[in-house]
Amino acid sequence: MTRRKAWIAPALLLVGIGMMIYGAMDGEAEIVLRKAATICLECIGVG
Amino acid sequence: MKHLRLIVQACFAALTNGYVRGFVEGKIYSGPLKQLCVPGLNCYSCPGALGACPIGALQAVLGSRGRQFSFYAIGFLVAVGALCGRFVCGWLCPFGLFQELVHKIPFPKKLKKLPGDKFLRALKYIVLVLFVVILPLTVVNIVGIGDPWFCKYICPSGMLFGGIPLTILDEGIRSAAGMLFAWKFFILAVVILLSIVVYRPFCRYLCPLGAIYGLFNPVALLRYEVDSDKCIDCGKCKKSCPMDIDLHKEPGSKLCVRCGKCKKNCPTGAIYNPVLAAMHKHAGHTKNPSV
Repeated sequence: MTRRKAWIAPALLLVGIGMMIYGAMDGEAEIVLRKAATICLECIGVG
Repeated sequence: MKHLRLIVQACFAALTNGYVRGFVEGKIYSGPLKQLCVPGLNCYSCPGALGACPIGALQAVLGSRGRQFSFYAIGFLVAVGALCGRFVCGWLCPFGLFQELVHKIPFPKKLKKLPGDKFLRALKYIVLVLFVVILPLTVVNIVGIGDPWFCKYICPSGMLFGGIPLTILDEGIRSAAGMLFAWKFFILAVVILLSIVVYRPFCRYLCPLGAIYGLFNPVALLRYEVDSDKCIDCGKCKKSCPMDIDLHKEPGSKLCVRCGKCKKNCPTGAIYNPVLAAMHKHAGHTKNPSV
């Protein structure tokens, strides 16, 4: 069981890191920064 | 070490919410670190927050014009999930810590779960699919931008760590607070009251982040497995589990936040993390590692 599962997490980890890098290069990190760097009125129950 | 988890939870919450100036001036940090996600449900509008909430980040990208998918936020969730699953909930989430502290308030009859537990546990997947993905993607304004529905209508973490401090510190925000603020305050109050009676009700029933990380629990590097040769079926793991999980039957349970109580209470040391155990074996130790 353990041996069968052993490769799944490292493979998913690599896929996740790859997706993050692609997303950041595609401008998504900037979108997140724009949203997170100003007070999110919806989040605090005002907007 | 006794209280190791509490120390890690408190230190991580302080580290990721260390912008002290925000609490003094009623502002939020707006530097470049804010584009990086933190693993737990940590509102980016908390005056101290140094990073972004991954659920908020996901909705921000899905709700922006012309985006149907977020490689950045989903990639982060996949990477963290593969690494540690719901270990994040048990060790690194500030709202999880808050619920645990509230649960320490004495109450005559504490419950391990609410009536209708099975149905209620499915709610977090509905919240995830509907409020985090479908509504921000499909309900858009005239310029094609969608609201962060989960943050706006449900998230009690945003209310606790962002809404309340900012309304106290900022006169303008205080005067703008209306029905939506009252609704979110009501949700937070319900979560607090339930937390006194039930262990981590928000994590158990509503949290979309926990729903995602839970899917990785069976395969994450920081997972639990049970050595069937050592297990004597005594049931002490279930008895000691605050989430009421029968770990020896379901070591990859999607509910498990890896608090470690089952492992600590197992009389035969049958519960182990395969990766840490292999590392210890490789280093020549014989005793199981503590996490």
